[in-house]
Amino acid sequence: MTDRATGTISAGDQAVARNRRLRTAFAALGMLPVLVLLAAGFQFLNPRFLTETNLLIVTQQSSINIVLAAGMTFVILTGGIDLSVGAILAASAMVAVIVSLVPDWGMLGVPAAILVGLGFGLINGLLVAYIKLPPFIVTLGSLTAVRGVARLLGQDTTVFNSDLPFDFIGNGSLFGIPWLVIIALAVVVLSWLVLKRTVLGTWIYAVGGNAEAARLTGIKVPLVLLFVYGVSGLLAGLGGAMSAARLYAANGLQLGQSYELDAIAAVILGGTSFVGGVGSIWGTLIGGLIIAVLSNGLILAGVSDIWQYIIKGLVIIVAVALDRYRLQAGART
Amino acid sequence: MTATARAEAARQPVLEMRHISKTFGAIRALQDVSLTVHPGELHALMGENGAGKSTLMKVLSGAYRPDAGGEILIDGVPVVTGNPIKARAHGIAVIYQELSLAPNLTVAQNIFLGNEPRRFGVVDRDQCNRRATEIITRLGVSFSARASVSSLSLGERQLVEIARALSTNARIIVMDEPTTSLTSRETDRLFEVIATLKSQGIAIIYISHRMEEVYQLADRVSVLRDSGYVGTLERADLNASRLVSMMVGRDLSAFYKKDHRPPDEKRAVALSVRGMSDGKLLRDCSFDLHKGEVLALAGLVGSGRTELARLIFGADRHMAGTLELDGRPVTIGSPREALDAGIAYLTEDRKELGLFLDMSISDNISMGVLARDARAGGFRDFMAAERRAAKSVSDLSIRTGSVQANAGSLSGGNQQKVLLARLLETEPRVLILDEPTRGVDVGAKSEIYRLIDNLANRGIAILMISSELPEVIGVADRVLVMRDGAIAGEVAASEGEPLSQEKIMELATGAAKG
Repeated sequence: MTDRATGTISAGDQAVARNRRLRTAFAALGMLPVLVLLAAGFQFLNPRFLTETNLLIVTQQSSINIVLAAGMTFVILTGGIDLSVGAILAASAMVAVIVSLVPDWGMLGVPAAILVGLGFGLINGLLVAYIKLPPFIVTLGSLTAVRGVARLLGQDTTVFNSDLPFDFIGNGSLFGIPWLVIIALAVVVLSWLVLKRTVLGTWIYAVGGNAEAARLTGIKVPLVLLFVYGVSGLLAGLGGAMSAARLYAANGLQLGQSYELDAIAAVILGGTSFVGGVGSIWGTLIGGLIIAVLSNGLILAGVSDIWQYIIKGLVIIVAVALDRYRLQAGART
Repeated sequence: MTATARAEAARQPVLEMRHISKTFGAIRALQDVSLTVHPGELHALMGENGAGKSTLMKVLSGAYRPDAGGEILIDGVPVVTGNPIKARAHGIAVIYQELSLAPNLTVAQNIFLGNEPRRFGVVDRDQCNRRATEIITRLGVSFSARASVSSLSLGERQLVEIARALSTNARIIVMDEPTTSLTSRETDRLFEVIATLKSQGIAIIYISHRMEEVYQLADRVSVLRDSGYVGTLERADLNASRLVSMMVGRDLSAFYKKDHRPPDEKRAVALSVRGMSDGKLLRDCSFDLHKGEVLALAGLVGSGRTELARLIFGADRHMAGTLELDGRPVTIGSPREALDAGIAYLTEDRKELGLFLDMSISDNISMGVLARDARAGGFRDFMAAERRAAKSVSDLSIRTGSVQANAGSLSGGNQQKVLLARLLETEPRVLILDEPTRGVDVGAKSEIYRLIDNLANRGIAILMISSELPEVIGVADRVLVMRDGAIAGEVAASEGEPLSQEKIMELATGAAKG
C-alpha cells in the first residue's frame, strides 16, 4: 500500500509543487507591481518624475525610513511591534550632533548615536523578553520616555553643528550614489543575510510562527526577542546619525515624529504578516519605496499637503487589502 | 418515593433519541445510538474518550444535526433541535466542562445573559436580581445574586450555570464531567443540588468517567463504545466489571507491532523519576523507564499525564522531585536543557505547540539541531538540512513532493512524522510521545507503531502517553496508570498473558477501590 501511494502521489505532488513555486514567485514579487504602476502613473502626470535627479531624491528621502523599517521587519517577524523608533532616532540624532561638537573627536558622533539606539533597543528587548510585557505597551512607554530624553539632551533646544565632521553621510555621494542610499541598501542586504542565511534568522521566523513550539524545540526565545529589539534600536540609532548628518542639526521635540508609523507601513506594505513568522526584507524595501514614491509623486503632481495624507493612507489600506485577497485566492487553489 | 421509583412510574419519557447517526465526511462519529430519559431520572452516559458521548450531546443541544433517519422526541413529540437556541426553547440545557460565564458580571447578569428580562426596552435590573435570587434559593445555595462571578469558586460557578439552565425552564440538563475541577466539599454540594433537581422532575444526563459517582447517583447507565451504543444497565444491575467490559470489550487486531524484546528486570534504567510534583495537579509521581522499553502512561483526560511529561521535559516548572538519567542525577530547567541531556518530547498538539506551519518541511525537521549544524559565524548549513530532510522523508516515508513545501500543506499523519523526525534528529536517549497517533489516519498509525518498535529495538527508552487502550495494549511493554495527578498503579504483562484492558480501566476510573 505504501509503495502504491508513493507512486501515485508523486505525479500529483509535482503539479502541486510547481503550482507552489509559481505562487512563491508571485509572493516574492509581492508589491513590486504596485510600485511600478505608481511610478508609471506619476510619470504620466508629470514627466519630471522619472528623471535621474528625481529618482535620486526619492531614494534619498526613503533611505532613513528603509533603515528603520528594516529593524521593524525583524521585530514584526517575531509577532512584536516597536513604536519607539522615531523617538530613539531623535535621541540618537541629538547625541550625534552633541558628540560631533567635541573637538577632534567629532567623528565619534556616529558610533555614539548607534550605541545609544542599541541601548534603548536592548531595554525594550529586556522588558519584552524577560519581564514578558506586551511589546505594544513597552514600546508605547519608551516612545514617550525616550522622546523626553531627546528633549532633555539639548535642554529642549535645537543643537547645531555647521561644521559636522560626518556630513558626507547626509549630503555626499560615492560614484554618484548618495551615501544615504548606499547605507540603506547595505542595511537591507545585511538584514537579508541575517534573516535568510543564519541560524538566528531561522529562529526569528520560528519564534514569530509559533513561539511555544520554538521554546519546546529548544530555541531560547527570550534571546531571540532581545536580539530583534536590539537590532531595531540600533538601526534607529543609525537612522539618527543619518538624519543628523543630513540636517547638520537635531531637535529633540520635532525630529522623527511619527517615523514609526511610516516604518510600520513599509513593513506591512511589504507583505510581512502582522502576527509574525511570514515576510521578507525585500518586501520591506519595496514598501519603503512605495511610500517615498507616493510622497514625491503627489508633490510633483501638485496635490496639496492635506490630500497627500488622505491619499497615502488610502493607498496603504487598499494595497494591503489587495495583497490579502491575492494570497487568499492563491491559498484556495 | 425514591427517584428511581418515580422514574419508573413516569410512563412518558421526557426525551427519546432514536437511531441517531452522525458522519463527518468519511468518519462515522455516531452509529445508530438510541437513548431514553425519564423525568426525574439521572441517566449516566459512559464510554472511553472518543466513544461518541460528546457528539451525542452536541446532537442533542443542536450544535450538530443528526444524519437522516435519526429523530429526537421530547414528551413524545418529534422536534428538530437545529441550533442551540431552539434546543434551549425545548428545555434542553448543557453545562460544559469549560464553564462559559462572564467573570466580571454579577451572578444575576450571568444567569440571564442573552435572555434579560426587559421593561421599556431596557434591562430590568430589579426583576433580574429578584428572579435570580428565587432560582438560587431553589438550589439552596449561599451566595448572593449580586455577587460578581469572579469572586466565586469553581464549584459555585457551576451552580450559576445550573441556575442559568433553570432560568430557561430547562427540563433536561446535560452535565459533562461536572466534578472534574471541584473539591470534595463542592462535589457533595453539587450532588445535593442534583437531588433537588431530580425531585423537581428534571431529567439529568450525566457524563462521567468516575465509577464512584456513577454508583452513587445514577438511576440508569448507558454505555457507548466506538461511536456505537453498547447497552443500558439498570441501577440494580450495576457492577464495576460489567461496566468496564462494556466500555472496552473489543479485540486487538494484528494492527499493532511489538517485535522488540520486552525488557527484563536487569535491563538498565534510562530515566528515573522520583517524587515529581507541580504544586497544582501532580502529586509525588515516581517511576523508572528502562532502555529499550515502551512504557505507556494511561489514564483519563485530565489525570495529569501531559502535565507529568511536560515537567520531565522542563516545559513547566516543577515544585519537587528529582530526575536521574542513566543513573546520574540531572536538573532540567528548560526544554533546551532536556534536549541537551537527551530527552525529547512529542507534543500532543502538533499544530499549536509543535510545527511551524508556514516554514518548510526541511526547516521543521532541522529546527532542533540548527546550531549543531551551523557553519562558522552562525550561518546555516542548508546542505545539512537538505540531507537530514531527505533521510527523514525516506526513513519515515513522509509523503511530500518537495522538502521545501510548507509543513502546513501536509496531511495530519505526515505532519506527525515531520515532528517525529525533528525529535529523532536530536538523537534522544529518552523519547516521550504524547498521543503519537492523535488525528492520524490508519495507515500512518501503523507506520508510527512500527517506528516506535524500531526505536525501542535500538535501545531508546520510550514513554508513550495514549488515551487509546488498544494502542496501549498493542504497543507497550508495561503500563502506568494515572488518576487525579498521581500514579494509581502499574499493569504489566505476565507469563503468556497480555496486558489487561479491564485492569487499566479499573485503575484509571478508581473502580478498583470500590
